[in-house]
Order: sequence, then structure tokens, then C-alpha cells
Amino acid sequence: MPKVGVIAVGQSAFVRAYPGSIRELAFEAFKDALGGSGIKTEQIDASVICSAPEYDKQRTPAGLVAEYLGLNPQPTFYVESVCSSSSSGLRTAYALIASGLHDVVMVLGFQKMSEISSAESQERMGRGADIQWEAPFGTMMPAYYAMYARGHFEKFGTTEEDLGLIRLKSSTYGVVNEKAVFRKSLTLDKIMEPKYIATPLKMMDCCANADGSSCVILASEQKAKELCEKPVWIRGLGMATAPINMAGRDTFSGLKCAQLAARRAYDMAGLGPKDIDVAEVHDCFTIAEMMAYEDLGFAEPGKGKELIRNKETYKEGRIPVNVDGGLLSKGHPIGATGGSQIRTIVLQLRGAAGPMQVPNAKIGLVHNIGGVGIYGNVSIFSVD
Amino acid sequence: MGFEQFGIVSFTSTTKAEKFVDLLKEGKVCGTACKSCGAKFFPPRSDCNACLSDEMEWFDVPGVGDLITFTQAMYAPAGFENDVPYILGVAQFDDGVKVFGRLDKSLKEENIKPGMKMKLKVVDLDNDRLSYVLTQA
Ligand SMILES: [Zn+2]
Repeated sequence: MPKVGVIAVGQSAFVRAYPGSIRELAFEAFKDALGGSGIKTEQIDASVICSAPEYDKQRTPAGLVAEYLGLNPQPTFYVESVCSSSSSGLRTAYALIASGLHDVVMVLGFQKMSEISSAESQERMGRGADIQWEAPFGTMMPAYYAMYARGHFEKFGTTEEDLGLIRLKSSTYGVVNEKAVFRKSLTLDKIMEPKYIATPLKMMDCCANADGSSCVILASEQKAKELCEKPVWIRGLGMATAPINMAGRDTFSGLKCAQLAARRAYDMAGLGPKDIDVAEVHDCFTIAEMMAYEDLGFAEPGKGKELIRNKETYKEGRIPVNVDGGLLSKGHPIGATGGSQIRTIVLQLRGAAGPMQVPNAKIGLVHNIGGVGIYGNVSIFSVD
Repeated sequence: MGFEQFGIVSFTSTTKAEKFVDLLKEGKVCGTACKSCGAKFFPPRSDCNACLSDEMEWFDVPGVGDLITFTQAMYAPAGFENDVPYILGVAQFDDGVKVFGRLDKSLKEENIKPGMKMKLKVVDLDNDRLSYVLTQA
């Protein structure tokens, strides 16, 4: 397999309501990625634009974004897998480069969740599930993940406080991440306030909506070495899917798509969970991070709670996870989230993560899930 | 047309599986079984992804199942606001059939436990609509 490297990463601040249009929001991440990199717009051979279309008023945003970034007449198109759209974008860009079709490809993810009114957003929320067989019952994301939380509690004895500890860790790092939407310091008492959204998940178990954008630029081995002093190489890409309908799921204590995606990514990289120095996992809800510990093999099934109780996933621990605050603190602008996770790992591997830096991080992993375990993307990166 | 009568809020009106609603009217909650290879589906499918046949027959979801997981929703999407709180869950029945849906309103959250024996019941809703719920067996 030819080598493909990440040569630039960027991200907008994640905010409640971005005071501009989607093209301007996309530009923020693009400018952050290109600024100081020495890469010029005309060196980008193609762009892959990612968002979740139910939040966009603009039809076919790829064309609009490419024009605003000055990326005409190069090829551009749109890739979507809801919350994991920009990881699917990474997979697409990798294939475009590994095939020899292009040398330099940009993945730009964005979401302006405030583009639509809260009433419209409420209406769309109900359509995130199978609209024929599930949405007629009144379904929403927190309720689905809550059923997984109950499944995990029942099978393994995990508690609400274990999930609270995950939020506590997240807030520790959200405080120091200048691009996070939620930067308040939290106490376990505050986190454990019984404000239930869908039992057993409480307010603080859930991430916030946000507006934001992310940008990842990839290149072939030769171009990466020409254009970048410290390329970060893609070592493994795993993707897997599971039935959208809950009636098709065989377990409620882990996400099958993540387990399979992890195995494929580890196999491609020739690495295992013990080799990972730092990880970004899809913590749209605290239970999602708990399951990720186990689905990625950082802990045996049911032992994820020991990791967080012993602070093993803190920056100083055995396997630091989401030391940028994760989705819980950064916010979750759907189409931008995967690219933001990739950016964090690239900065970590370059030693450029500032107060969030994990010392000597050489191999990093991104776990990015679309829907409630419909799409699972696991990507592994290393400095050499 | 006809499928829009299913559920509290409908998002789609046309499906080849709309006989599901006629069967609900007869008090039956049914899945489909492939006449060619015998594969069983719930929710019902009109096409068999195992053998590509579109010859299906309807079967009653077998009597008593086990509740696998559940949640009580305290907030709801648009159109369901008046129902909160309500309980959603998944139950496992024989022949590998799993069913997702609401739990009977008469069940209190504190009395619900995974492993509880459940059966399906057809419920009439306002405005000539109907659905099914999981209720204690
Ligand atoms: Zn068949």
C-alpha cells in the first residue's frame, strides 16, 4: 500500500452560534490549516466536503465551499456518514491518493447546527432513526445511547458515577482547550445532579450542539515530504457498519461497528491497542466513551470502568483519551467532528498540542462513530 | 397509502409492507418470513436480503419475550412533547426476533428490569392511528 500522509490540519473555534454563513465557517478551518504551512491553494488537487445535510439550508454545499476557498476548477464532492462524515472523508481522500488519481486532497468538514431553528432541529432529531419503523415511537439520540448505557450497567455493573467520572475528565481538558465550546470547570456533584434526559443519562452525560469546521490535508508520500516538514502518516483505516434498527443489534453493551472497524485498522497498521500512545474517541455521550475503551481493546469488555476509576485515560495515564476535552467539552458540530479529532491526534504526534500534549506520543488513534453505531470509523496515525 | 396510520407521528405513508397496519387492526403484530428460504424479519421486510426473493408471508411475533434494555425519555422530538415521560425498550422473542418500541404506559420505570417477561399488544391512538406496545406478560 502506498504511504499517505497528513500535511496540514486546521479547525475553527467550536461555538454555540457562529456569526457568519457556512462558507465563512468553512474558511476558518481552511485558513487555520494553510496558515504557516507553506501549502498553496493551487497545490490542492481535489477536495472532499463533509457535513450532515439535514442541517444545511444550502443544497449541494461542496460546490459552494470549493468556490469560496478558491478550489475551482479542481474536483470536489460531498461525503456523508452523519457524525463520522469527515472520517469517511479521510477514507475517501486516502483512496484518491493511494490509487494515484490525485497527489494532494483536502477533507473539509463543517456544520452550522444553528443554521436551522430549534423547532426545526427538534423535528429533524426524530428523523435520525429508521423513519418507517422507529421514529414513529418518538426516538432521539440520547434515548438510543441510554439503552446502551442500561445494557452496559446490566451486563457489567457500570454505574452512573463511572460515567460521571468520564465527564469530569472531559471538563479538565475542556478548560484548557481554547477551541472548545464548554470551558467551565465541573465538579462530580454538579455532574451527578439528577437532571435526566433519557434514563440513566443526565444532562452532563450529553455533548452540546455546536457550530464548527475542520480541515485535514493529505498527500502522497513524495508530495508529503516535499510540502511538509513533519508529515503524520496514515497507518490503518478501518470502517464497519451495523443495522440502523435496534431490532437488528445483537448486543447493547458495545458497538459492533466500532469493534470491527478497530480490528480492521489494527490489522492494516500491524499494531494493537497496547501500541497506541494517545486516542480521540467519539464521546457524544459519556457511555460512548466507556464503550470505546472496550471496543478499541484498551480494556477488556466490562473493564472500561476500571480505566476511568484509576484515571488511566488522563494525560498522565496508561492510555490518554480525549485530552482535548472530546465532544463533551469541545461540542459536536456533526460534519466537522471527525476532522477535529484527526487534528488533535496530528498535533499530538507533532508535539504541538500545547497544554494538552501527551509526552512522546508517536502513535495515535481516532474513533469516530456515525449515528448510534451505524457507521464506525477507526483510523491510526504515526510519525513514521 | 395506509402506512401513515402507524405510530404516534408518521414520517412515511407508502411501503409494500403496509399490510402490517391491516394486521394491527386485527390485533396482530406480525413480521415477515421468506417463502423461499424461511428467513424471518422484524420489523417486516418486503424483500429477502438472504435469497433476493420478494415472496413473503406474515407470521405472528411469538408470545413471550425478554426485555433486553430500556430508557425513560424525559424530552422528546417535535410531535411527541405531550407524551413525556415515556419508556422505549427492546425485547428478544423466539426465533431470533427482536422488537423495539414503547413500553405500556401503565408500567412504572421503577418496576421495570431487563429480563422481565414481555408480550406485544396493539394500541389504538387518537385520530384513527394505531401502534403496538411492549407490555408485561
Ligand atoms: Zn429468502
